Amino acid sequence: MSFLEVENLTLRIARGPRILRAVSLGVDQGEVRGLVGESGAGKSMIGKAILGTLPRAIQVVSGRISLDGTDLQTLPARERRRRIGAQVALIPQDPLTALNPVRRVGPQITNRLVDILGWDRSRAEARARELLDEVHIPDPDRVMRSYPHELSGGMRQRILIASAFAAEPKLIIADEPTTALDVTVQKQILRLIKEMQDRHNTALLFVTHDLGVVSKICQSLTVLYAGKVIEDTDTRSFFAAPGHPYSQALLHATPKYTDPEDSLTPVPQHVIDAVEAEVTDFDKGLGA
Amino acid sequence: MRDARSRVRRPIGLRLWLSGGWITLLIIGAVLAPLIAPHDPLYQDLFAGRMPPVWVDGADPNFLLGTDSLGRDVLSRILYGARLALTVALVAGTLTCLIGATLGLIAGYYRGWVDMVISRLVDIWMAFPPVLFAILLIAVLGTGLTSIIIAIVVIDWTRFARVVRAEAMTQGTMDYVASAQVVGRTKAGTMFAEILPNVLPTIVALLTLEMGIAVIVEAILSFVNLSISTDAPTWGGMIAEGRTSVHQAWWVLVFPLITLFLTVLSFSQLGEGLKDYFDPVLR
Amino acid sequence: MSGMIYEIRDLRLSFPDMAHKPVFGAAPQIEVLKGLSFDVPKGEVLGIVGGSGSGKSTLGRAMIRLLEPDSGTIRFEGTDITHADEPALRPLRRRFQMIFQDPMSSLNPRRRVGGIIAGPLRLQGVQDTSAKVLEALDMVGLPRSFAARYPHELSGGQRQRVGIARAIALRPDFILADEIVSGLDVSSQAQVLNLLEELVRELGLTLAFISHDLSVIRRLCSRIIVMYRGEIVENAPTAQVFDAPQADYTRELLQAIPLPDPDQIWA
Ligand SMILES: Nc1ncnc2c1ncn2[C@@H]1O[C@H](COP(=O)(O)OP(=O)(O)O)[C@@H](O)[C@H]1O
Ligand SMILES: Nc1ncnc2c1ncn2[C@@H]1O[C@H](COP(=O)(O)OP(=O)(O)O)[C@@H](O)[C@H]1O
Ligand SMILES: [Mg+2]
Ligand SMILES: [Mg+2]
Repeated sequence: MSFLEVENLTLRIARGPRILRAVSLGVDQGEVRGLVGESGAGKSMIGKAILGTLPRAIQVVSGRISLDGTDLQTLPARERRRRIGAQVALIPQDPLTALNPVRRVGPQITNRLVDILGWDRSRAEARARELLDEVHIPDPDRVMRSYPHELSGGMRQRILIASAFAAEPKLIIADEPTTALDVTVQKQILRLIKEMQDRHNTALLFVTHDLGVVSKICQSLTVLYAGKVIEDTDTRSFFAAPGHPYSQALLHATPKYTDPEDSLTPVPQHVIDAVEAEVTDFDKGLGA
Repeated sequence: MRDARSRVRRPIGLRLWLSGGWITLLIIGAVLAPLIAPHDPLYQDLFAGRMPPVWVDGADPNFLLGTDSLGRDVLSRILYGARLALTVALVAGTLTCLIGATLGLIAGYYRGWVDMVISRLVDIWMAFPPVLFAILLIAVLGTGLTSIIIAIVVIDWTRFARVVRAEAMTQGTMDYVASAQVVGRTKAGTMFAEILPNVLPTIVALLTLEMGIAVIVEAILSFVNLSISTDAPTWGGMIAEGRTSVHQAWWVLVFPLITLFLTVLSFSQLGEGLKDYFDPVLR
Repeated sequence: MSGMIYEIRDLRLSFPDMAHKPVFGAAPQIEVLKGLSFDVPKGEVLGIVGGSGSGKSTLGRAMIRLLEPDSGTIRFEGTDITHADEPALRPLRRRFQMIFQDPMSSLNPRRRVGGIIAGPLRLQGVQDTSAKVLEALDMVGLPRSFAARYPHELSGGQRQRVGIARAIALRPDFILADEIVSGLDVSSQAQVLNLLEELVRELGLTLAFISHDLSVIRRLCSRIIVMYRGEIVENAPTAQVFDAPQADYTRELLQAIPLPDPDQIWA
């Protein structure tokens, strides 16, 4: 039994198409699982479903999400919110919009501790300082007094990482946390996330469209296409030989400067047709 | 990748139907008032004073919405009042829009010193309290239709200038403006061909909103007797009169009030609805 | 005159720094391009790479004179265009075109695809625009029926093709492509890069391809300029940049790229 269990999760736009199709995946304590797929595949929706922040227009058709063996659906709404707040945290994609531009950085980290965990302010501030130190931010006091626009993108992402780990969550969902960053900064940030995850033994669901990134920090991965799980495997066997033609094609499409001939190959039409047919079959099986 | 993008043309929403329908009805009524109004709006018949609307006991079927204390037909007066209200809305709204939007567009797109001059002017202008401004203007210009229109234009052009400037500024940083420049469009050409169509929905929304505001301003000014000659039927004047006899003849107050309310509401809803309708980008 | 499309010497450009503007008086200037010199021979596909904020877009926009440099010279086919004014540039504009990073903001949302592609043609007085529009759609592999669509009705990759179609419709000599695959999925990236490769070959284009990502440009580009904080730190043939990089920053960039390979040493 993994810490996070998502079973047969199906979502749809109200009176519209399906967005997730019976998705199942699990993340263990201390495990990093990659969630891979093209844009629009439904990666962010899985994260939102777990965090309980699905947009209004999206309906849960069926499925179960459990944390540490507890089915979230069985909890009363308040308790569910409290438990998610205490056990799960998010590292968002865009470090600029995720921080409130008119508030100083310090309170934005400590508020979470004060509001959700009921810590007193001085304890929260001490913890925030300690965390900024952990994510290798020099002069934490100055940074806590800064406004977001006074800091670089990499610095802001470090702050978001610090605040994600602040309340010692059991599970972190990182939604494309390095997509907006330069490669050199991405490398530092990925290392940092990995280091923090190791130290705190957190379960990490790492959403990305980049197989290169997956190969660097994930132990296992789930490949998604049109909201359907195409492949669920461990990283080593995936990169040795992907199990599904679509995953294979995705790997060949990924840029690889060391081997330009075997990279940046568009996914062939017959592969797309085949995987589209799988999706259609799935929908037919459900009578829609 | 499959996605939910669709190519459907949105239906004209209920909001647009209702608000557009009311305004159309009003325009027809105003234009054809001399033909369709059942009575002369100024004709007094003291023996037929305070007749209730037809569906109330003791009504005269000749007066659909009843009569006021001087025996004038309420429906006819509303229809004739619409002529004034709509004239003010149309003329004042359009002039305000032309002046404000043009200045805003130029300031927002050309930037630099032009923007500085226009923005400074707007700031100074807006420092005056508008009601004081209006009364001052009427005092100087005297009452009358032209004065009302001038007062509205002079006070409200800044609203257009400010909003359109901000919008033109955002649009000006978009790459499609740069790409127009890449292919050698002139600065003025770009403003008209690329920027203007993109701020047009905002302008249309502001324009109809402004028309609603003009209707209210006209009603207020005639309510306090600063509008045109007291004989001519105006909604504001009717409301002022109706207020004094609301216990004996509620209809004299209520019908012009409802008409005014529906008209102002319709103008603002029409603006929002048109804005959505003309936006090809589904948000 | 040799076979150079561009000859650029000691190019400098600065922006006013609004964040540090005093209440009265002019804002201090930040130098974004710090004296760049390089040539672009006809038919070359030049890659311009570097981190964000290194000045790539500013350089590109100066080359096609959307921005005016402070000093230095830009020669386009022998003509000095450094400070040329808009009327003087207008006849040149059909010869250098640009494809933008964000196809959503570079395509006017209120125009149909056909109108977007036809715009430049009409402005330059080309006859028979609709045939040219259909031809451009064919060349970028979009169905002709797309001429009637609005930009928001297309996927990201399709929009980028429209941007390419608009740029090639005038048959320019030089195209600047600024981060045009950065927002796309890998498969669409691959398609757009293949399309560009083909067009360069068929139309004999000279292309400058700006990217923050070294890994996508190896196959497309023949020469690469690496920028760091407004300066050129490396300017070399593609193979040399990848196999024997000279500048420390180039090496750092290369080593930071995560290859899809769990055995890569990524330290
Ligand atoms: N607020 C919303 N309302 C309706 N559909 C949405 C909404 N947000 C996203 N979608 C749709 O849900 C699908 C999955 O989106 P998302 O999970 O964001 O994809 P990914 O993160 O994999 O790029 C897409 O087809 C998208 O169009
Ligand atoms: N219009 C502008 N006004 C002021 N500063 C600008 C402007 N455009 C770019 N800059 C600054 O110039 C630098 C280089 O920007 P840019 O050329 O866009 O970099 P790149 O394309 O390599 O990411 C950045 O620091 C940016 O903030
Ligand atoms: Mg997403
Ligand atoms: Mg750029």
